[in-house]
This record gives sequence, structure tokens and C-alpha cells, in this order.
Amino acid sequence: MTRATFETMGTVVSLDGAGSPARLDAVRAVFDAADRRFSLYRPDSELRRVADGSLELLDASAELREVYATALGWRGETGGAFTPHRPDGTVDLNGIVKAWAMAEAGRALGGGDWCLNVGGDVLVSGAAGSGAPWVVGIVDPADRTGLLTALPLVGARCAAATSGSAERGDHIWTRGREAAEFVQVTVLADDIVTADVLATAIVSGGSATLNDLTARFDIDVLTVARSGELRATPGIRELVTR
Amino acid sequence: MRRRAAVASVIASAGVLIAGFQIGSAVTAARTPSTTGTGTTSGGSASNSGNSGNSGNSGNSGGTSSGSTGTTGSSGSGGPAKDGTFTGATEQTPFGPMQVAAVISGGKITDVKVLQKTNQGGRSVQISNQADPMLRSEVLQAQSANVSTIGGATYTSEGYLMSLQAALDQAGFTG
Repeated sequence: MTRATFETMGTVVSLDGAGSPARLDAVRAVFDAADRRFSLYRPDSELRRVADGSLELLDASAELREVYATALGWRGETGGAFTPHRPDGTVDLNGIVKAWAMAEAGRALGGGDWCLNVGGDVLVSGAAGSGAPWVVGIVDPADRTGLLTALPLVGARCAAATSGSAERGDHIWTRGREAAEFVQVTVLADDIVTADVLATAIVSGGSATLNDLTARFDIDVLTVARSGELRATPGIRELVTR
Repeated sequence: MRRRAAVASVIASAGVLIAGFQIGSAVTAARTPSTTGTGTTSGGSASNSGNSGNSGNSGNSGGTSSGSTGTTGSSGSGGPAKDGTFTGATEQTPFGPMQVAAVISGGKITDVKVLQKTNQGGRSVQISNQADPMLRSEVLQAQSANVSTIGGATYTSEGYLMSLQAALDQAGFTG
């Protein structure tokens, strides 16, 4: 299988099994369009203009309003642990745009055997070359040159998202705490938006959010606390003892 | 009767689970004793009251005035409870309708399933999906697996250069 990499949205995309240059171009186009529309670092992006107040949200594109509405829905689902607003009120869709674009790219790729990694979040389809499941090595936040574990993505579990403070500093806003309780949270789910949003929410909300979300959503979770302590749902245990 | 008491006991302890789980959920916590009460008042005979003591005893710390500690196992008359899965009534909680199921095998409760029917497409999720502590040595068992890709907290374009993913990409795909 061929592996391609390219830069977009401030990070790097690695794609196994694109199959053809046309399919790779289609994936690249999805991310480049999302970056043009949603980056707060581009002065000309649509979201930047919404944030500036030069564009009314109601006058924004259907796509932007759809992503914002989805993000607001997740804010409700997570009791506010995930939010599309910065503390100053600015609309910041960074927490959802990447996963949303990954899901779009997945739809563009369609079926077959492929593995899409965007800045450490993973969406797969089918199987790896030998017919074995795609296996995601999870970085050890205490030693980023090492792995904590390796999790195969089997059955409907096609998405693995990891959030934390190890790479970009404490970029996830926590509520009323000085430092996040978990330095790294990995969530496996049947779709990448759920995995990514809930990983972010658990970093933000800590143990209470972890317990709430594992009870209400069909997800597998592996957390690494600041102390180094690991916690895992039964689904993760099953995967690592396979 | 014995089975009903056992199920009541399970529901009571499940109630505690839920209460512990949903911190601050006074409604659920308040419901727990009444659930137990329902199970215990349904019987009338002496042996049933023994069982009710048993049910109150599920935490092993409750003081049972009836001196029924001996019945914690299955020494009561009437033989062991019938095997099977017994599903309790659905109760309304702040998190949506909640239902408890007890699996009884060989007269003993072997499993408790707390089913929560959320409003999201009628999907049922088990509270036993809770994340529990795990040793590093346990997760490291998977290290020998053939890793296809690397998951980690978002790296920047610059961070990528020093990431395991970059090393894997350079090495080419091996999966």
C-alpha cells in the first residue's frame, strides 16, 4: 500500500491506501477547503470574519452554520465540557473542524482499505495489507518517542482520537481547574467526530465527564492522568489482551 | 420471593452505583431506599424477612437487626433462586429512563447490568463501561502488535517532524 503525506490545517496528514492520485487529490481538497473556511489564523477565512464581527453568523455559509450547529449540539451532549467558544466568547471551531473534515475525507474515499491519520487522530476503513486490522500505536505522553499501547480498530470501531496537553500545551480549556486532570485521553468510537469531541471533553471535564460519557456513549476510553495513572474501559482491556 | 428479594437487593446496590456514578443526582439517591422497600415489603413470612435483611446487607456493613447474616449466602428455606436474567422496571432518572437487569446463576447473582436507555436512537449502554485503573504492564502487552499508524494528541507541522508518525511514514508502510 502506498503512503502519502501532506500539510494542511497546521498539521500533517498521512494517508495509507489512497489508491490513486485522484483519490489523494480529493482528500487534499477536503482539508484545504476546510482550512480556508475555518482557520482563525487566516485573516481572510470565513470563520475569522465571523469572529471579527464583519460577517453575521446568520449570513455565513450553510457549511459553517452546520458545523457550528453540530458543535453546539455536542456542547449540550457533554454538559458544556466541549464548547465551540473560547473563554472570551469567540467562536472557535478548531475542536471539531479537523474531525469533521476527516469524516468528509472518509466519505470522499469511500470503501476499500485505507488509513487516514491527521495530526494523531485516526480514521480507517477495511483492513491493513495482510487483512489484519489497522493497529493504532498510542503515544506515551511521558515519553513521546515510545508507545503506551497499540489498539487494533476492529468491527465498527473505525475511529481513534487522542486529546491532551502533551503536544500543544494546555490548549484545551478546562473548567475552573489550574491544570487538566488527564494529560492524554484516547477515545475509540464508530465515527471520528464523536471520538474527537469526547476525547476533548474528557480532557476538559476530568473524571466526572469521563464517567458520564462512558455511561452514555458507545465508546472505549484510555486515559493517562497527570500522575501517570492509566484508566481504561472494558473495551480497551479486551483490545490489548487480544 | 427469594428471587424477588435478591433482585431488590441488586436494584438497591445498583441504585448506589448509579448514585455514586451520577454525583449530585439527589433524585436517584433518594430513590434507592424506596426501591429496597418495595422488594422487602412484598413478602410476609419469616424467611422472607430474613431475605430482606440479606438484601439490606448487600454492602456487608449494614447492621441487620434480625440477625440474618447467616442468610447472606443461600441458607434460607425455599432453595436457590431460579437461574436467569431478571430485568427490573424502568425508572425515570435525570439521565433518561434507567433499567437494571440481574443475572442469577446457581442461586447467586453473577452479574448486574445497569441499562440506560438514552434518547439517542434508543441505544442501550452499560454503566459497566466505566473506566477503571489499569497497570502499564497490562497495556504494554500489546506492544508487539504490528502498528500501522500512530495516535497521539494533535501535533503541529513542526511537531510532526519529531513524531513517531513521521518515522513510520519515512520507513514506509509495513502493515
